[in-house]
Amino acid sequence: MAALEIVQIVGLALVAAVLVVVLRPLRPEMALLLSVAAGVVLFLLVVDKVAAVVGVMRELAGRAGVNVLYLGLILKIVGIAYIAEFGAQVCRDAGEGALAAKVELAGKVLVLVLAVPVLVAVLDTLLALLP
Amino acid sequence: MGANIDLILKIAGVGILTAVLHAVLEHAGKKEQAHLATLAGVAIVLIWVVQLLGNLFDQVKSVFRLF
Repeated sequence: MAALEIVQIVGLALVAAVLVVVLRPLRPEMALLLSVAAGVVLFLLVVDKVAAVVGVMRELAGRAGVNVLYLGLILKIVGIAYIAEFGAQVCRDAGEGALAAKVELAGKVLVLVLAVPVLVAVLDTLLALLP
Repeated sequence: MGANIDLILKIAGVGILTAVLHAVLEHAGKKEQAHLATLAGVAIVLIWVVQLLGNLFDQVKSVFRLF
């Protein structure tokens, strides 16, 4: 039941938060590692749900005749954005704002690189429409 | 499901153990051993976390077809 899932996730997050607070004054590096581990575990709990939603989206796109290439591109961009956000957030938790900004910059650049072909395609179709 | 909570508790356990060991060794005057013990603890937890991150990136790669 999905409703029970959120209770478990919040419980896990609270336990991890308390343990991180306990560890921070004693060993700050351990606290950071623990918070990263807790973040990963929480995501792993949800990832199969995300996979199911992506599958349904892909199937609907197929039925609607949308080019699978573009859906694949959107999924890639979402994946890159998620990993970049995860890395940036971990760096920010560790107090390294500069590192977090660099990771976010890299994420934006990579997403741009993926989005450029689509922009070119849109411009081509627009130019073709003009008389 | 159970395995996830175990991992967090295991990491927290090693963290607290390392902190206590550090304090005990420091109190006993062996400052070098204390730092070595802390380093060992951090190394163990780092190995677990890196494995977990590898698992996460594999999952994301498979879900979002990132390869």
